[in-house]
Amino acid sequence: MLSTIAMILSAIVGLSLIYLLIRTIQGHPVERRIVFVYIGLAVVLPLLMNKTLPLPVTKDVRKLYDRLEQLQPGSKVLCAFDYDPPSAPELQPMAVAFLKYAFKKDFKIIIMGLWPQGPQQAQQAIEEAMLDPIIAGKNLVQGEDWVNLGFQSGNEFVIQSMGTEFKRMFPKDNRRIPYEDIPLLQNVVNFSNVDFVMNFSAGKPGTYEWVQFGVDRFGFELGAGNTAVQAPMMYPYLRAGQLKGLLGGMIGAAEFEKVLNEKGKASTFLLAQTFAHATVIIFIIIGNLAFFASRKKKTAGAR
Amino acid sequence: MRRQIPILITTIAGLVFAISYFIPHDPFGESESIFGDWITIVQAFAVWLGALNLLKISFEKISSKSADRHYAAIIIVSLIGTLAVGFYDGYSGMAQDPQVSFRDPGTNFDWLYRFIYTPLSATMFSMLAFFVASASYRAFRARNVQATLLLIAGFFVMGGRVPLFDMMISPITDFPVFSWFADWIMTYPNTAGQRAIMIGIALGIMSSSLRIILGIERSHIGGGSG
Repeated sequence: MLSTIAMILSAIVGLSLIYLLIRTIQGHPVERRIVFVYIGLAVVLPLLMNKTLPLPVTKDVRKLYDRLEQLQPGSKVLCAFDYDPPSAPELQPMAVAFLKYAFKKDFKIIIMGLWPQGPQQAQQAIEEAMLDPIIAGKNLVQGEDWVNLGFQSGNEFVIQSMGTEFKRMFPKDNRRIPYEDIPLLQNVVNFSNVDFVMNFSAGKPGTYEWVQFGVDRFGFELGAGNTAVQAPMMYPYLRAGQLKGLLGGMIGAAEFEKVLNEKGKASTFLLAQTFAHATVIIFIIIGNLAFFASRKKKTAGAR
Repeated sequence: MRRQIPILITTIAGLVFAISYFIPHDPFGESESIFGDWITIVQAFAVWLGALNLLKISFEKISSKSADRHYAAIIIVSLIGTLAVGFYDGYSGMAQDPQVSFRDPGTNFDWLYRFIYTPLSATMFSMLAFFVASASYRAFRARNVQATLLLIAGFFVMGGRVPLFDMMISPITDFPVFSWFADWIMTYPNTAGQRAIMIGIALGIMSSSLRIILGIERSHIGGGSG
């Protein structure tokens, strides 16, 4: 019922945009507050629709998935959560999908953060992943199947020091259990003892630092999930093979969910993003029409 | 001496980091770790310095009866309140068996994080969507050739990053025009541009680092270069 109402309202909004287009051509420019209302509707209405869009999986997401598929059960994966709540709508669905996949594949997860809020975002992602019946049935134990080492200040120097010894930067986990007493970390000294590193990043310190101070120097394999703003900057690393795969923004998260056969939040939120993109494009067209109309008027006035 | 000693420390630290990249063995490897620990400790103190500075500025605003004093009061109450809750949870968590971190689920600090900090941050950030849309509407105009090229690229990247536009043209062609073109823009022109920027930044960092290590650039210790 709610979904149907939302779809009808969306159709009305679409028609009203055409009306605005015609009004603009007639010389009545759109006010800023009108743009705000339309963006608000474009974001909210799709969330009520419960619809998903057909989505092709791009090669950058496929590459990451293919590399992860090569890891054996029991592989140790270091997950760096370098983001905070403002970036969570894009990065949290990626993290949840990744952790669900990792737990189902019986990877051993070592969590850390170069951002103070990162380990708490990780905690929330783990809680959400644990709601999956298959994962809940595995009775995973903190310290044996996953460990949260918490936050450490120092940005890239944390990565640099971890190259020698993880324990140097993280002498205890977030429960204050000494590093040497954690079963999962018994044979983990530095990067040479982990099979893969996954970084969820919203800025600095983040994927840049992991590539420049980690991959280049210590030679581990790195995959990344970035915000849509940051992702374009990672393409040189992706093409050079320094990144094994990249999940870029909400669509990257939705593609990752698709390739894992998970229906997560990103797939749901993607419809809202689609509508928002469409609305912005329509307003750009309207803005340009208004611009050309005013220029034509000025030229005619000058004559 | 007030200038020479900081310059000497900077030079030694800079050289150790540069050499240890190529010779990771002792004494360079160990020295690099020690300097790395120092940096971590200094950065941790910088967090405190930032917090104390924020408190100082906020108290000054209140005492000078500035127009923004209400916001300053909210900052002080929030900062001290969060700090107190974090310390209380951390301290009481140490007495429990097994020990509980102040960030663990169920703590007061975690409640603050989930139900106050997270929604407030998300609200601030989500307002960007409205301002970006409004700015695009007003500023994204085909004023000249460069602006038109940017407009076309932006149109295809925005359209190609969501599946709707390829779906809309699917009755005409099965080829995903929007996503293909978006991918092409990201893979070739974007990568080339990013590489140029990265190489430029790297060269700039190298030259300024050399100037600092050699003591030519002294602005970071309060003096001019040269």
